[in-house]
Amino acid sequence: MSALRSASDLSSPRFIDSQYVDEKSFLYETSSVTGLNLYDHLARVLTKILNEKPQNAADVFEDYSRNEKRPKPAPSSRNASVADEVQSKTELALAEIQEKLFSKGEGEDDIEVEDEYPIPNIMELSFFFEQAGIGLNREEMFRVGMALKNLTENHPLEHARFWGKIFGIEDNYLVAEVEYREGDEEEDEDDALEEVSEEQERQEAEENEEEDDTPKMVHRVSVVPREEMRTGANKKTYFVCNELGKPWTRLPHVTPAQIVAARKIKKFFTGRLDAPITSYPPFPGNEANYLRAQIARISAGTHISPVGFYQFDEEDVDDDDGGALPDNFIINTEFEPIPARELASSSLTSWVHHVQHILPQGRCSWWNPKEEEEGEPDSDAEEERADEPQPEVGPPLLSPLSGDADVDGMSPWTTSLSSKLVPQFAVAVVRSCLWPGAHAFAFGKIFENIYIGWGHKYSAHSFSPMQTAPVQDEYPTEPKITEVDDPTPEEEAAAREGQEEDDQDEQDDDGNYDDDDD
Amino acid sequence: MESKDLNLSIEAVGSSGFILSSEQRAALQTSLVLLQNKQKFANVFFWGKIIGGREDYYIAQGIAKDYLSERRTLYSKDCVHWGLLPRPTADTKAKAKQITGYFTGDPSYESEQKIVTLVGDEETEEIITLKEEDRLAAVVSEIDNDVAIVPRGAFVRDPTGKTYQNRVFEGLTLSEASQLYSYLHFRKAEKLLSKTLLQRSNLDKSLDFMDTIEEDIPRGCWSLQLERGGGLVTLRSLLWLGYVFYHVPGTRQYGSVYFGRGDKNIDLPFML
Repeated sequence: MSALRSASDLSSPRFIDSQYVDEKSFLYETSSVTGLNLYDHLARVLTKILNEKPQNAADVFEDYSRNEKRPKPAPSSRNASVADEVQSKTELALAEIQEKLFSKGEGEDDIEVEDEYPIPNIMELSFFFEQAGIGLNREEMFRVGMALKNLTENHPLEHARFWGKIFGIEDNYLVAEVEYREGDEEEDEDDALEEVSEEQERQEAEENEEEDDTPKMVHRVSVVPREEMRTGANKKTYFVCNELGKPWTRLPHVTPAQIVAARKIKKFFTGRLDAPITSYPPFPGNEANYLRAQIARISAGTHISPVGFYQFDEEDVDDDDGGALPDNFIINTEFEPIPARELASSSLTSWVHHVQHILPQGRCSWWNPKEEEEGEPDSDAEEERADEPQPEVGPPLLSPLSGDADVDGMSPWTTSLSSKLVPQFAVAVVRSCLWPGAHAFAFGKIFENIYIGWGHKYSAHSFSPMQTAPVQDEYPTEPKITEVDDPTPEEEAAAREGQEEDDQDEQDDDGNYDDDDD
Repeated sequence: MESKDLNLSIEAVGSSGFILSSEQRAALQTSLVLLQNKQKFANVFFWGKIIGGREDYYIAQGIAKDYLSERRTLYSKDCVHWGLLPRPTADTKAKAKQITGYFTGDPSYESEQKIVTLVGDEETEEIITLKEEDRLAAVVSEIDNDVAIVPRGAFVRDPTGKTYQNRVFEGLTLSEASQLYSYLHFRKAEKLLSKTLLQRSNLDKSLDFMDTIEEDIPRGCWSLQLERGGGLVTLRSLLWLGYVFYHVPGTRQYGSVYFGRGDKNIDLPFML
């Protein structure tokens, strides 16, 4: 506003009008920088504030003003802009895929109660998981249950359960552990992933055979054969998917070489099964194989059950060799539930491993590398004992947790009750310190294992990769094996002449030696 | 995550395996309100859980007024009784970086670590001890400094330098939310000042006063995933495994939580 005016001027209407016009036109001035004018801007801000009527309007005035000044996307003719369309498309696509999860299968309208329902009661497990503070949230677990049901409808499975979730950088994996019905596994068509590794093994075996004629290298490594299906580390088959509702992919069986290599490297998963693993030592396979190897290691290390739930079948126990350990068990029908307090005690005597331990060789049952080369054992017993590699032994099946080695000076398992305030109804929870993310709970006759994590072992020390082999020494330089250039024709001629003259000199008795041989 | 929407926020991070049992949720709802009143905080956050070898610690943070100023950190073993953690000194922070291994779950436990340093040809052994409480405080502060993030636009700074929440923040769009530059470290800017004037000319002074996570070293140390087909954006830090940030694009909802062992993943370069 202009400054002083004499009193007489202020009252005159014509003056007030002109002042008003001046100042209004000032407000209408367009800014040379942004093209805004103050009048329109204030009008817009005040309109917005009056429409929204926020609390403490005076305080938030600057925020509204700033927001109005921000460049707005040009309003399109339709309501949604391109960005919104993209968003709704991806959400829509996923929702459509997941809708299939909720569709009932054919012929399910008549309620059939089957004795052997392949999947466990997911919602019951989800409730216990929630009480224990582990697992995924309820809606996710429900979708998991539906996805498992889908899996059992598409493949002939005897059992299927949710193994867990492994996080990756771009995408995560949801893993289901299944057991095929007897004899049905070979007919399954999803062998795509499996063929690659089998072919590689076949090629390696052929190469090894071809080299039999040539002198044997010092470092001859025979390929440790992988375990048969349904035994040892390949006892169960695993399916993975990135997002519930998308089709499940079967993971190939694991080979001992992959387990041995997986123990030496530590890599994040990307979320794509065909991603290569670049590491030292080079991992024999791609991400699908690495995933399978880690799953095998985690299952072997952390799948536990209350003692007495599983027992050895009486018929399977063999006393002939004394060393043949039973590797099969059945559910104990006379299992007495153990009280939660005992299960949660830190002495860990009430839990046992029910998956076989993986030996350093990479298998669960030791394979003697000598047996492949020699058709019959040597008659000389002494020589055999000296050459025979020591069989590797691991803790037997169904051994209690109290026998596990300490981690970092602490017990490898953390036990707790789910509730401090109501211990009578609490669920016993056990957590692994060696494989962070592996949990188990037990309540009465119900128990379950689950793994949710990144798929790596815990180590108090930082990871250091395997050292590369030292540079091989060259042969020591001896004149006998040092290469020399072939003599040129001139040198040969000179040498030949020298030879002839030598002969002549020897024949010559004059003693007239001519040292000069030209 | 803010204590007021604890229940909703926990559902959002459920896909990362972070679950609070009903007992814990009920206890937290009550005890955090009491805490806010007793300590005269303007806002109380449930920071997360530090998993120990025998027992876990639940951590909460309270803010007086300015969001970027000092926050007070509190810990509890049962979500009911809270104890104030001391403010970590530079010495404590340095010591905590050297100590490895699980937290034990006993706040008065003294962790010992033998440090062997090579001076010339001689090896000198030094044993450093640190009380668990101090170690906890130092780890929480380090995690906040390294990985605590907020979406761009959620906070504004006025010309006087005070930071406060942006009341007209409507959330990031889906395309913005899929870019790492839309997320800023919630701490005093470190890399911002070393940028050239040309780079800074594109930035909005009131919104871009913090570093973006796009320039974090090593590249790829953040895992950005879209869940629910784009309905939820989850960022997981690979440097501190267990830190998860979530945001629902198009809405004001965002939050972060840490459920982990409190160990920095220094193997990160090998694992990428």
